[in-house]
Amino acid sequence: MASYFNEEFETLPRAALEALQLKRLQQVLERVYRNVPFYKQSFDSAGISPAAVKSLADLRYLPFTTKQDMRDSYPYGLFAAPMEEIVRIHASSGTTGKPTVVGYTSRDISNWSDLMARSFVAAGAHRGDIIHNAYGYGLFTGGLGAHYGAERLGASVIPISGGNTRRQIMIMQDFGSTVLTCTPSYSLFMAEEARTEGIDFKKLKLRVGIFGAEPWSEAMRHEIEIKLNLDAIDIYGLSEIMGPGVAIECIEAKNGLHIWEDHFIPEIIDPDSGEVLPEGTQGELVITTISKEGIPLIRYRTRDITSLTYAPCVCGRTHARLTRMSGRSDDMLIIRGVNVFPSQIESILVRVEGVEPHYLLIVDREENLDTLEVQVEVGEELFSDEIKVLQSLAKRIEKEIKENLGVTSRVKLVEPKTIQRSEGKAKRVIDNRKW
Amino acid sequence: MKVEQISIFIENKSGRLAEVTRTIGEAGVNIRALSLADTSDFGILRLIVDQPGVAKSILREHGFTVSMTDVVAVEVPDQPLGLFNLLNILDHCGVNVEYMYAFVERCSGSAVMIFRFDNTDEAIRCLHGQGVTILTGERVYSV
Repeated sequence: MASYFNEEFETLPRAALEALQLKRLQQVLERVYRNVPFYKQSFDSAGISPAAVKSLADLRYLPFTTKQDMRDSYPYGLFAAPMEEIVRIHASSGTTGKPTVVGYTSRDISNWSDLMARSFVAAGAHRGDIIHNAYGYGLFTGGLGAHYGAERLGASVIPISGGNTRRQIMIMQDFGSTVLTCTPSYSLFMAEEARTEGIDFKKLKLRVGIFGAEPWSEAMRHEIEIKLNLDAIDIYGLSEIMGPGVAIECIEAKNGLHIWEDHFIPEIIDPDSGEVLPEGTQGELVITTISKEGIPLIRYRTRDITSLTYAPCVCGRTHARLTRMSGRSDDMLIIRGVNVFPSQIESILVRVEGVEPHYLLIVDREENLDTLEVQVEVGEELFSDEIKVLQSLAKRIEKEIKENLGVTSRVKLVEPKTIQRSEGKAKRVIDNRKW
Repeated sequence: MKVEQISIFIENKSGRLAEVTRTIGEAGVNIRALSLADTSDFGILRLIVDQPGVAKSILREHGFTVSMTDVVAVEVPDQPLGLFNLLNILDHCGVNVEYMYAFVERCSGSAVMIFRFDNTDEAIRCLHGQGVTILTGERVYSV
């Protein structure tokens, strides 16, 4: 029997859930049309008024909101509530230009806390857990989002934030942390550091790890579960929509992330044509927020590539599931015309025995041809005293990449710990091509 | 009869070889013999040192990928056909040489060569049978 944080809403029959969605959608459309000049203009130029949306299927006639729209409205242009009601401001990292800024009313913060608490319970956490929250605290939503959810749940939260890995390990050991929240790559980095210090991660009390903020693979989950001896759960979120806790896997199935549909309406579209794709088809995730007050977004293009299923889940939750993100359409590399996600290469590397999932992809162009170099760290499990063994390992990885992804690569073996470790999102790609 | 050799994975970039030798040197470890096998991207440095255990742990602490390999140190008469005769013996026993390299120092008038065989025990048995002198680890580390 699965446990829930809010059983009524998490297991709401589909018909009731959809009726609730429609009611909330109509309300939010009225509100943004009235309060946000961008949406008034955008709906007017598309020739659609909020009152014309009579069913959930009508959502597809509304225009998209993009990250660029958020940048153009920097910083507060898309806020639908007056600043007097905004109690918190977060922003994305803004690696490409200005950050995107989001504001929350106190009801938004309360809803977010509830959804994050639901997510913790779905992942197998409960009151009495000691939650080691290694997501960064600050403008990034990860730290505070998980923190408020942990408190709402009634668990004990350790607001350790990112960084200072040795101290993190000491605290996990001494404080008896039972739940770990951080990026998947950082969890492996911690395990590696612990090993260097002679600490057996398997002897810690950690039971569940909730990992997100970057795409990861099923193979990496397997690796993390073995090295950290815990259930590794995938969580999804983005600051534009709310932060962490938009969707999460349930520990019962570990098969797809339940998106909290009483607050968000998901759609999958063809990223090129913008057409809505049928259930089960892979495409770009588009989310409409239907309860947010601070900055509601209509049909926000997340750039994340996934698919959607409404099939019933063993956990009893009725909310649709997203398949594991295969990458961001932004992260997607086009190498000699072939679409490649770094996460696909990661799965191949983890499958080759002994290869640490620390890798770096370097894309370049030589004589008008794209080249892909895959740098892979050689740990002791992998190392051989004989050149030919190492060379055949590199060849085997090249062959696997070619066979699975259809792209030619050159594998370069590098010394351990030479690829930069990140305590937040891992940097996996260097693209040196000049466009 | 076997000698412990340390193998270290080294990327082909400047300063790495120097870093290895500095690391073990500062730990008071002395190199007896070495060979470097290289490709365009990486190399494997193989070392015979006076204190293999110390060298291995200090290199690991400094983040190098290290492994220990059993090799055999063989006395080779320092004269024409000396090496040929030895290889001929091994050939007759069906043992393959994976790689080999020479000691700088001579030992009681003979040259000393380090061999890595595909079948170490068979090689030792074979060489013994033909009266070839094989040096012990202790002897080699203190040459």
